[in-house]
Amino acid sequence: MEPVKEISGRAYPFGQKNVDTDVIIPSHWLKTITREGLGKGAFETLRQNPDNLFDSDEFKGSPILVAGDNFGCGSSREHAAWALLDMGIHAVIAPSFSDIFSGNAFKNGILTVVLPQEAIDRLVEVAKTDPIDIDLEAQTVTTPFQDRFTFEIDPFRKHCLMHGLDEVGLTLERGDAISGFEAEVRADRPFLAHGVDLAASA
Amino acid sequence: MANTAPRTLYQKIWDAHVVERRDDGTCLIYIDRHLVHEVTSPQAFEALRLAGRKVRRPDLTLAVPDHNLPTTARRDGEGHRIPIKDAQSAQQLAALERNAPEFGIRYIGDADREQGIVHVVGPEQGFSLPGATIVCGDSHTACHGGLGALAFGIGTSEVEHVLATQTLLLKQSKTMEVRVEGELAPGVSAKDVVLHITGVLGAAGGTGYVIEYTGSAIRSLSIEGRLTVSNMAIEHGARAGLIAPDEKTFAYVKGRPYAPKGEEWDKAVAWWASLATDPGATYDKVVVIDAAAIAPSVTWGTSPEDVVAITGVVPSPDSFADASKRDAAQKSLDYMGLVPGQRLDSVEVQNVFIGSCTNSRIEDLRAAAAVLKGRKKADTVKWAIVVPGSGLVKAQAEAEGLDRIFIEAGLEWREPGCSACLGMNPDKVPAGERCASTSNRNFVGRQGPGARTHLVSPAMAAAAAVTGHLTDVRELV
Repeated sequence: MEPVKEISGRAYPFGQKNVDTDVIIPSHWLKTITREGLGKGAFETLRQNPDNLFDSDEFKGSPILVAGDNFGCGSSREHAAWALLDMGIHAVIAPSFSDIFSGNAFKNGILTVVLPQEAIDRLVEVAKTDPIDIDLEAQTVTTPFQDRFTFEIDPFRKHCLMHGLDEVGLTLERGDAISGFEAEVRADRPFLAHGVDLAASA
Repeated sequence: MANTAPRTLYQKIWDAHVVERRDDGTCLIYIDRHLVHEVTSPQAFEALRLAGRKVRRPDLTLAVPDHNLPTTARRDGEGHRIPIKDAQSAQQLAALERNAPEFGIRYIGDADREQGIVHVVGPEQGFSLPGATIVCGDSHTACHGGLGALAFGIGTSEVEHVLATQTLLLKQSKTMEVRVEGELAPGVSAKDVVLHITGVLGAAGGTGYVIEYTGSAIRSLSIEGRLTVSNMAIEHGARAGLIAPDEKTFAYVKGRPYAPKGEEWDKAVAWWASLATDPGATYDKVVVIDAAAIAPSVTWGTSPEDVVAITGVVPSPDSFADASKRDAAQKSLDYMGLVPGQRLDSVEVQNVFIGSCTNSRIEDLRAAAAVLKGRKKADTVKWAIVVPGSGLVKAQAEAEGLDRIFIEAGLEWREPGCSACLGMNPDKVPAGERCASTSNRNFVGRQGPGARTHLVSPAMAAAAAVTGHLTDVRELV
């Protein structure tokens, strides 16, 4: 994964609340077996309006999206994150995110920035005309007008994002600890230790 | 670990699954059961293949196709597979059929009796167990929390992580108790309870929390009713829902194909019985709901939080204090073609869908059949389908004669799958038309582009089929 340090540029002044994953990528786009090419389907319903934000000359290709509360609610589809990435979005700023979406975003190197509604209102205003800068190292969002908002981020996520680390690879290094845990389960809760006996069910 | 302080059900399950704890509080959590379906897994298997990685515990993994399968016949008279017209659906289904054996995972095939919606199959097979950690690349995985399992939806990267390591890196959630006290009125089902809860909490009310549903009304529900409630935890933002396992739970699990047996069963029951929240344990938030205040419920808008009693009217956007909610409500009404003040029971529907991981179990079908028995669907209802949650549910319903009741009432009796809940298969609601649906989401375009969804219980969906409009089922019983 590409390391993420700073994301700057124009931002979609979207601002909508409860943007669900069916809005981000409708279900008929979920039939892919690869991760690429989903940008075409991103916000498809909204983009049927010829005056939509996402296809406007001014905003098309912006790396940042500013949205309202509960962004990414709904399904667990990681396609939502892949679609945003494929349309060039590398950061989403909102007052809150659905838990599953923020996990999916993180695992694909998309930065989710949580800021209070007042900050979002201000950033939506600024984004209409000017760029925004997100500095992950400093944990700040700034504008050309001296606005400076600081945000919180989980230190582990920050570390992984800044170094482009692969989480599966990191966990595989903990194989011995996992094996140790499995031995404990076999002893203490044997009924959880085995699930499907493939030979028996074949 | 000192476990003397009173703990919640969530805390106990969490503590029993910590492989490692980091300084920042992140834990490596062991996953006991992993359900896999065709939509969110192809990219995970592909990533394993590219990295030369194996599935750590194929025996704790179960694969079953559900989202893309047509609900019409899957085999012709000679037992040959009927080709799936949508090439992309066919490709996705083929990928799972190929990936499961390649990685040594038990695969339930499209025409097997056990095939069904992953959240119906897990509990039905005894694969999902109380006290277990259960994941699936599907947000309605919270469903299994109805058994007292810590179950939640994950994205494809996490599917890959679980396949490779049988663990997830997680931070503990906050806890919320949603206590529903009192007796449910006649005609009020588990679906009405969870719709009502979603209306009270809002679509984001549970974000960051794991919710434990408690109280006499929850305890009074059957296991299938509890699965319905926990299924929709995500619709009020909670990643997982939990209901303490009790005697009803043990009776439900006992004897199922993958359930513990013999000595292990006794050990299991002893442990499950110890999981209930201790007296004196505290939650980060408590919401108390009066069961008597819950009516048969219906959604009017395009968020599951847009809930009113069937006796109510479409609200005015001006009635919301929050400006962005006012704006959202107006957009919803425009999309839904409704006006403020309109009575919900006057809203005509052209389609009825009885099915989905929320409401496709045998009790759901019995509730719908009880309303439809000896009645016919209204002529104005053009499309009405009943999609059982699994092949075993289908067989049970047929043994009870429920299929005859549906067919004689003019409804279609289909093969199991996710179907019109999200229309990834051919079952879609036409643009501009309404559907009384027992599914879990009324999002814009969810049941097909331009489709208008009203979420209801199985009995309410059946009532709408009979009258041709949203109807208070209590008028028909």
